[in-house]
Amino acid sequence: MTATYRYLPDTKQDQEEMLAFLDISSVDELFEDIPPEIRLKGELNIPDAIPEPQLMKKMHKLASQNKNANEYPIFLGAGTYDHYIPSVVNHMISRSEFYTAYTPYQPEISQGELQAIFEFQTMVCELTGMDVANSSMYDGFTSLAEAASLAVASTRRSKVLVSKAVHPESRAILNTVAGGPGYTVEEINLAGDCTDLESLQAQIDKDTAAVIVQYPNFFGSIEDLAEIKNIADTTGALFIVSANPLSLAQLQAPGKLGADIVVGDMQPLGIPMSFGGPHCGYFAVTKKFMRKVPGRIVGQTADEQGKRGFVLTLQAREQHIRRDKASSNICSNQALNALASSICMTALGKQGIRDMAQLNIEKADYMAKRLQEKGFVVANEAPFFNEFVVDLPRPVKEVNTKLLEQGIIGGFDLGNDYGFDHQMLIAVTEQRTKEEIDQFINVLEASVNG
Amino acid sequence: MVEYNDLIFEISRSGRVGSSLPESDVNKVDLQDKFPKHLIRDIPAELPEVSELQLVRHYTALSNKNHGIDNGFYPLGSCTMKYNPKINEDVARLEGFSRIHPYQPAETAQGALQLLYELQEELAVITGMDAVTLQPSAGAQGEWTGLMMVKAYLKEKGETRTKVLVPDSAHGTNPASATVAGFQTVTIPSNENGLVDVEELKKHVDHDTAALMLTNPNTLGLFEKEIVEIAKVVHEAGGLLYYDGANANAILGKTTPGKMGFDIVHLNLHKTFTTPHGGGGPGAGPVGVKKKLIPYLPVPRIEKDEDKYVIDFNQPLSIGRVKGYYGNFGILVRAYTYIRTMGPEGLRQVSESAVLHANYLRKKLEPYFEAPYSQICKHEFVLSGSKQKKLGVRTLDMAKRLLDFGYHPPTIYFPLNVEECLMIEPTETESKETMDAFADVMIQIAKEVENNPDVVLESPHTTVIGRLDEVQAARQPILRYTKEEAVEIDKEIVKS
Amino acid sequence: MTKVTTNLLYSKDHEWVLQLGGNRVRIGISDYAQNQLGDIVFVENPDSDDEVTANETMGTIESVKTASEIYSPVSGTVVSVNEALGDEPEMINEQPYEAGWLIEVEMSNPEELESLLNDGAYQEFVRKGDV
Repeated sequence: MTATYRYLPDTKQDQEEMLAFLDISSVDELFEDIPPEIRLKGELNIPDAIPEPQLMKKMHKLASQNKNANEYPIFLGAGTYDHYIPSVVNHMISRSEFYTAYTPYQPEISQGELQAIFEFQTMVCELTGMDVANSSMYDGFTSLAEAASLAVASTRRSKVLVSKAVHPESRAILNTVAGGPGYTVEEINLAGDCTDLESLQAQIDKDTAAVIVQYPNFFGSIEDLAEIKNIADTTGALFIVSANPLSLAQLQAPGKLGADIVVGDMQPLGIPMSFGGPHCGYFAVTKKFMRKVPGRIVGQTADEQGKRGFVLTLQAREQHIRRDKASSNICSNQALNALASSICMTALGKQGIRDMAQLNIEKADYMAKRLQEKGFVVANEAPFFNEFVVDLPRPVKEVNTKLLEQGIIGGFDLGNDYGFDHQMLIAVTEQRTKEEIDQFINVLEASVNG
Repeated sequence: MVEYNDLIFEISRSGRVGSSLPESDVNKVDLQDKFPKHLIRDIPAELPEVSELQLVRHYTALSNKNHGIDNGFYPLGSCTMKYNPKINEDVARLEGFSRIHPYQPAETAQGALQLLYELQEELAVITGMDAVTLQPSAGAQGEWTGLMMVKAYLKEKGETRTKVLVPDSAHGTNPASATVAGFQTVTIPSNENGLVDVEELKKHVDHDTAALMLTNPNTLGLFEKEIVEIAKVVHEAGGLLYYDGANANAILGKTTPGKMGFDIVHLNLHKTFTTPHGGGGPGAGPVGVKKKLIPYLPVPRIEKDEDKYVIDFNQPLSIGRVKGYYGNFGILVRAYTYIRTMGPEGLRQVSESAVLHANYLRKKLEPYFEAPYSQICKHEFVLSGSKQKKLGVRTLDMAKRLLDFGYHPPTIYFPLNVEECLMIEPTETESKETMDAFADVMIQIAKEVENNPDVVLESPHTTVIGRLDEVQAARQPILRYTKEEAVEIDKEIVKS
Repeated sequence: MTKVTTNLLYSKDHEWVLQLGGNRVRIGISDYAQNQLGDIVFVENPDSDDEVTANETMGTIESVKTASEIYSPVSGTVVSVNEALGDEPEMINEQPYEAGWLIEVEMSNPEELESLLNDGAYQEFVRKGDV
């Protein structure tokens, strides 16, 4: 050992004392159980260490090569959104008692985390209208796939129906996941901007474990959950809804519309976009499925003195106990992001979250109407939340290039996933000002006319 | 000091706010005009209503009831609770990383893509693999991703193999991942030295063996010396070798899973590469593979095309997508920053110190506890509380007693093949003084078990709460706050 | 000392069978089994009308730190389920042979009873630790 590193505290004297205590002369002796033929000869072929000041400069430089939403108004959504995150969120999650802790296995010294998760579970139940929520999942997409697997396991049926208006990445992951146990994933066609209920009716049968839709769907439209629930009920299929939690501040809770499982991603509430992760899946069910939920769950209990406390509970579901009999292999959750989300929901509060959702509705409504006034066609027939689809006379790609030249990040190109390369999915959050929206429309007009 | 035990809902008062939203600068929308009545929310979600300072006090109070690495020693075996560097946190929060959208054009995210690409390349070097995907969000997801690749690889070869072998000391996620990937698990017993019994392995390896999953060093902290032979046995039968990287902190710069003969590797960046555990996540579990498995890696892949970084979806044999977007980017940024901080020599020293520390602490404690595998260990070691159990004190009790001294206890009751197990991993970032002090406390507790067991049995004595009733929690689960229940509980308290 | 009850038959998976007349039997787990499991927190029984098969899984019993499969000692159709266990799973700990019963089954193959152990043989089986 030669160079010194700030994360490694051993002095030369420390090392010598430890080696002497172990009665050896060199650390190499501790690695003699590695057969010589598989030992590395030289150092790893990776770049050399960089001191902190230079490293910070380097990382700033790398970061500056990305156009960020602070400098470029962004109209991209499609599952990840640029929302207001109160300053207090970052300050609170930066308390290292939270972020440098492990999963709360020792409840006596983890009451802070456990209570925070209990509060998170409560907030998710409130928004979704469900009885039980877990401590969180990797992201909304994987959460949806876990919901499908739960449905297959608990109904002992072998097929799930998923609407094409569900996020393409959700469907992609669902297909990968289904390949493990080998259940069938069938897609339900679109009728315009919503799930085609006639197709659903034709496809659903006694072997259908679940019907899966998104709310608002990938195109921003609000599916009629009540009607879909009625169809699911005809064969006893479970009803799985993937919902944007912010929209639930103003939209009817899926739990009230008959959902058996509600999943989604908390990213709109307090979590930065971060190039797509880490975000925070949520998973909520009716009481009936309480003991089938994947992942960690926190419950309230008491100590010997009767004092309220919180513990990880219902653990007999989980992989560390069931091993190969477990129905999910998840072992972690997104605790820190769930915390961020709880703090954001707390900061917004009962009225604030409604105000924020309402702002989203109004800004998107304004932009869609302005576009229509300018002669553009908005493709959504159903009402939409903060996203909608606009038809463009030119390929989206070209238009987005023009927008970028004017310092705007344009919407999502529906060409890749749906083949609609003249349709742009536009997200308008409360972050977008009237001025930015108007500027977007001006550039759009110029670019399609010019 | 006044104890604070309120839930955020209990300090809520109607009309308070903790945030500041702008006034709408566009036309108002009446929900009734826009949405069908039955799709408009009728009852508002009962979120808390508190001021910003109340919020800050609440979460600060909660944080004060939590133990993290920054609070004190955290020798939780197999979890690698090492220091989480602060620069990593600063870098991940740079707006150029935190406020970028996964779907913005690749040419506007070249810095992010370069970082991902370089991290892929460097993790491949560190593990001795040929290519890496950064998509999986955790070790368990990495395992499943790896096994799905095994499945796809076998399918392409026209084979259907159904069995995945795991040693009896394996973490629960190994068999669970095998199950969700559609395989059956076969458990291989360890020999008396705590290592894979090669003869026993040979009995189980056959034409139906898809893969063997192994950590090396294993869960007992011992290096599987016969790994080359093990790899040969599995490979000759046509199976693949999966490396669970939970214990990679012991081998950085010393050897690689690639050299050992593994075909697939996952790493836990939240263990070996200092990204914070966050109270349970988010983490990241990149997966590396040997050349023959590259076609099956998840899409999309991050690649370099001359001087540009691109996102490539064109992988016809890929198992598909396993996780949204490109993985837990914010975590990947932290790991990248760490690798840049340490460099090759630094990473090697990490493992050397981790191993030196574990052996030092092991030797200090062995006279006082049963040591089922007393030999040179790697980054962690196991002890058994069987001696103390005979005196009526269980490992759980000793773990609780440690809390009184401000330590997070070691991992207990894992692995399953060691009675009353204590699994201790000091990590390289702890000083000798910390380990000495911890050893003194462990020795004191061992003596208490002999002379004054009640002080151990009744522990913890100094924590904000005593041992909790887990049976009641699981029998009559209360998984969320409701006003009604809170009122009920209040009534009962008044009555009693 | 593990309690056994003389009018019952036992399986090597520690389930007991009480003959109720005709082909109807009641099934539960033995005192030995409940003791091994510790505080039981949840039971997942089959539903009424479900088919169960001898020596195959019919449900799961959970304690805080374990989950154990329950193997049906006989084959047949479930005709009654002890719903009270939903709220009070601890009845299995407290009265494994009485209020803690699990299900009642109309047997399809009563000869399967012949392969079960009587109380003496089960007592011996448990004592030997051959479990």
